[in-house]
Amino acid sequence: MDVLKKVPVREQDPKVRATNFEEVCLGYNQEEAMCEASRCINCRNAQCVKGCPVAIDIPGFISKVKAGDIEAAYQVISEASALPAVCGRVCPQETQCEGKCIRGIKGEPVSIGKLERFVADWARENGIVPEGCKEKKGKKVAVIGSGPAGLTCAGDLAKMGYDVTIFEALHEPGGVLVYGIPEFRLPKKAVVAKEIENVKSLGVKIETNVVIGKSITIDQLIEEEGFEAIFIGSGAGLPKFMGIPGENSNGVFSANEYLTRSNLMKAFDPDSNTPIMHGKKVAVVGGGNVAMDAARTALRLGAEVHIVYRRSEEELPARVEEVHHAKEEGIIFNLLTNPTEILADEKGWVTGMKCIRMELGAPDESGRRRPVVIPDSEFEMPVDCVIMSLGTSPNPLISSTTEGLEVNKWKCIIADETNGKTTKEGVYAGGDAVTGAATVILAMGAGKAAAKGIDEYLSNK
Amino acid sequence: MYKIVKAKELAANIYLMDVAAPRVARYCEPGQFVIVRMGEDGERIPLTICDYDREKGIVTIVFQCVGASTKMMASLQEGDSFHDVVGPLGCPSDLVKEDPESLKNKKILFVAGGVGTAPVYPQVKWLHERGVNADVIMGSKTKDLLILEKEMEAVAGNLYVTTDDGSYGRSGMVTQVIKDLVAEGHQYDVCIAIGPMIMMKFVCLLTKELNLPTVVSLNPIMVDGTGMCGACRVTVGGKVKFACVDGPEFDGHQVNFDEAMRRQTMYRTQEGRAMLRLEEGDTHHGGCGNCQ
Repeated sequence: MDVLKKVPVREQDPKVRATNFEEVCLGYNQEEAMCEASRCINCRNAQCVKGCPVAIDIPGFISKVKAGDIEAAYQVISEASALPAVCGRVCPQETQCEGKCIRGIKGEPVSIGKLERFVADWARENGIVPEGCKEKKGKKVAVIGSGPAGLTCAGDLAKMGYDVTIFEALHEPGGVLVYGIPEFRLPKKAVVAKEIENVKSLGVKIETNVVIGKSITIDQLIEEEGFEAIFIGSGAGLPKFMGIPGENSNGVFSANEYLTRSNLMKAFDPDSNTPIMHGKKVAVVGGGNVAMDAARTALRLGAEVHIVYRRSEEELPARVEEVHHAKEEGIIFNLLTNPTEILADEKGWVTGMKCIRMELGAPDESGRRRPVVIPDSEFEMPVDCVIMSLGTSPNPLISSTTEGLEVNKWKCIIADETNGKTTKEGVYAGGDAVTGAATVILAMGAGKAAAKGIDEYLSNK
Repeated sequence: MYKIVKAKELAANIYLMDVAAPRVARYCEPGQFVIVRMGEDGERIPLTICDYDREKGIVTIVFQCVGASTKMMASLQEGDSFHDVVGPLGCPSDLVKEDPESLKNKKILFVAGGVGTAPVYPQVKWLHERGVNADVIMGSKTKDLLILEKEMEAVAGNLYVTTDDGSYGRSGMVTQVIKDLVAEGHQYDVCIAIGPMIMMKFVCLLTKELNLPTVVSLNPIMVDGTGMCGACRVTVGGKVKFACVDGPEFDGHQVNFDEAMRRQTMYRTQEGRAMLRLEEGDTHHGGCGNCQ
């Protein structure tokens, strides 16, 4: 064994997995996990913990894995995280815990994500559930949204003894974990549903089909249903479009629609009645994780898929692992390319996309080099389906119906980063509803901070 | 689960159901809609709320069988349940935001086409309860497809019924009735037209000529109904709007109906296949070369 390198993780062969929706990464077995765990040098001042938005005691759980006590390792993780099987799969470890690992200075960092995933999967397979709270506080808290922020906040509050109800707008809990991230990255029944069961086992109630701001408002929850504090984790729901001609043609979709049809509504399953467009040649516009998810979904549904992104590979916002997997599977990257018009036939169906080539200029306010148009470089790309993956903005349903809840110019709810406190008393917020589109783990971190904030507020009330 | 407390066939292939959905019934208003799902793997089907009883916690929906899912829905009986009912979604009708006193001075004309009669009904009823009597034109292809005539009669000012084939009431399209009423000297301040997209398009073409402001209620393809997917985008006055959160009611003179109708056909082939699968069992897989 090369101590400078990670124990490699088994994956489905790219050619095989490009045709199915089974999980790409197969994870460690116990032998592999214990071997990888032995690479951890158990730093006294562990940097990895500082890199974790929910501050899992990483050396603590890894030392339990090293000793072969996986159940104890699970309880260590559970103290900090409600969704370890999810995080082990979708966290950008390379920029967080693993990015700070001392081993990474000379060689590869410890594979913390894969170890977390192994521990969570082992616990699930062996029926281990997180430990709940015995003492009840008798105070009701409402959590809006059952995505990563809401589940984390609800789980933490339940562990403190609060009576927590989550309100979910869709028919299934999980938020982006269910409608956004595809099966081949995050299995729904085996992983997500089980983690949600774990949160419920702490005493959290989940009411689906309730759209806050429509079915009932925040103020009505407080006044009529006796909730003493509210956490808003409603996510960043509204898809952005480019505003170019032809964008409403038949065959142009938001990544949200395309992924929701496939993931939440199961259109990937041939037995499902949910329709989804089976494009022959698909362009996915954008370079984030969602773009990679949409592209790899379209590929599995039988298309030749192109990622069209206006900057270069270096600026791709997607995780390195996702880009790597996409390339392995045969996604074609058309970088430094920007669409200017969608072309359609006389019946309104997409036939192609007019694009223009770009080059990188001086850095913009985000620090990334600004893409500039190369004059006279227009060309046509024949495609029959275009998926717009340009990011999302927060849904105004809640902010527009809650008096005293202020938003910033991007319509994001204004909340204190350290405790989730909003401009309205008793109302806390976190996740994409506050930050705009970000990651699962950052939303979990915000849910965690807000749970502490709510506990402080209710303890002093 | 959301129990069906009443189910009846109003006309051939058009069904009415009262469903226990207390959270929806509590705050819903005319003009809003719900999304229902039959089973664990069911489609999400948007339907306009046709009536509601806040005390009993019941909402009434009316639907026409158009595809596999609605056909299955028609087989549900009193005592059965929907797996999911979510709502109320969309914005309430503009009327309910207006002062009832000023509404009394307004001459309002409703134009209801086919199953579009169902969403028109709660608005006319709402006005009637506030002492405002609106005129209503109800049109259908033929006599047997007319729905809610008695209910409408009870709440409308003047009710004009017309059938395309002349089998009942006046004869001809609803647009002809509008022309006739105007020729007879009726004057209206606002028209609210709800029905098939093609009907709304032609009503709007006519009322634009007549200089009669017209509101329409659109029912494009939707998935979540909360603004998340953008499937329901329509162009109104040159701007892209999401029918689920910005609508479903829009200024009919600003709506790009041709685009909206085109977008409704997006999944026609696949919906047809689902229908065939329901009718013929799992024998039709496409691939015959005639489907795409």
